[in-house]
Amino acid sequence: MAEVIVVTSGKGGVGKTTSSAAFATGLAQRGKRTVVIDFDVGLRNLDLIMGVERRVVFDIVNVISGEARLNQALIRDKRVDCLQILPASQTRDKDALTKEGVGKIIEELSKDNDYILCDSPAGIEKGALMALYFADQAIVVTNPEVSSVRDSDRILGVLQSKSRRAEEKRDPVKEHLLVTRYDPARVEKGEMLKLDDIREILAIPLLGVIPESESVLKASNTGNPVIMDQESVAGQAYKDAVSRFLGEKVEHRFLEPAKKGIFSRLFGGRAA
Amino acid sequence: MSWLADIFRSRKPEPATASQAKERLQIVLAHERIGRTREDFLPKLQQEIVAVVARYVSIDPGRVNVSLDRGGDMSTLAIEIDLPGPGAQGGRRASA
Ligand SMILES: Nc1ncnc2c1ncn2[C@@H]1O[C@H](COP(=O)(O)OP(=O)(O)O)[C@@H](O)[C@H]1O
Ligand SMILES: [Mg+2]
Repeated sequence: MAEVIVVTSGKGGVGKTTSSAAFATGLAQRGKRTVVIDFDVGLRNLDLIMGVERRVVFDIVNVISGEARLNQALIRDKRVDCLQILPASQTRDKDALTKEGVGKIIEELSKDNDYILCDSPAGIEKGALMALYFADQAIVVTNPEVSSVRDSDRILGVLQSKSRRAEEKRDPVKEHLLVTRYDPARVEKGEMLKLDDIREILAIPLLGVIPESESVLKASNTGNPVIMDQESVAGQAYKDAVSRFLGEKVEHRFLEPAKKGIFSRLFGGRAA
Repeated sequence: MSWLADIFRSRKPEPATASQAKERLQIVLAHERIGRTREDFLPKLQQEIVAVVARYVSIDPGRVNVSLDRGGDMSTLAIEIDLPGPGAQGGRRASA
């Protein structure tokens, strides 16, 4: 049986898709059989971030409506073994997702995978509810910014009341906090919420802190999940977070501003 | 000589805003979390107060003014209702 993990946030543009791609790739790199599903029906993007956009033939809605078999819609990653991507539909809307349809797909994928990652769309409507309904664990992606923290709190409430685990009164969905786009230099200046404040407010276990990093844009330009770039601080931070997820004890890094040498101070070096 | 003013202005350190962010979040979330487990009673309280007043005097629903300020330790709900006077001139005011 696979563990179902939803990557969610309430708010849009905080790094869910970036994190889903990185986590799925990271888990597969660690030998875990992993599928990552794009639930953002109508606004498909995971295919681009994973670099498989040219290989999309069928999508999750085709599978639910019986127009294609699951095997036909799954795209096998060419870089990492045991990693597959199930794209979202670009032409349909979120009403095409049904609990029964999604449930069947997850059940079938559960048979021969270790992890099923669900990349949630923004909001707390149909698409987001479908993405989180079957979850055993949730990675709550949060930026150090008031609206993002508030929306994360809201989505935690939804996880606790509207997930299948909540409905069936089983053990609650296991929650993990992933802070992304963290800028230690701005935190030091008092311009940005600090990690401890976010932790105090949301009060769920911390999985990782991904620093703001230019390499994320480079990664999406080329369609390589940023975790594959181990030169970059964001890639390293995602790798650490995956290790923590798998139960290893890893110190948090990149929480302080990078010490800049005289050279980079003069020429304005930025975080890689 | 505005460039001179600009130079001096840019030297003045800006106040840190992150602590305000934290404080505001703590207050708003404290309220939203209550709303999640039980219904927010304030809208209902307001309706009932207005209904009670309406039992004694006829009031114009368009002239009911409600304001709410959700605070950390205390919230205030102010309801202002314009009451038509006996000569229907100006009108008295009741506050709850
Ligand atoms: N750690 C980071 N550093 C810099 N930019 C980031 C980081 N994480 C995400 N981004 C950028 O933020 C934007 C939104 O990211 P995305 O993963 O698409 O968010 P979501 O799926 O939550 O809408 C993208 O342009 C992405 O490149
Ligand atoms: Mg997304």
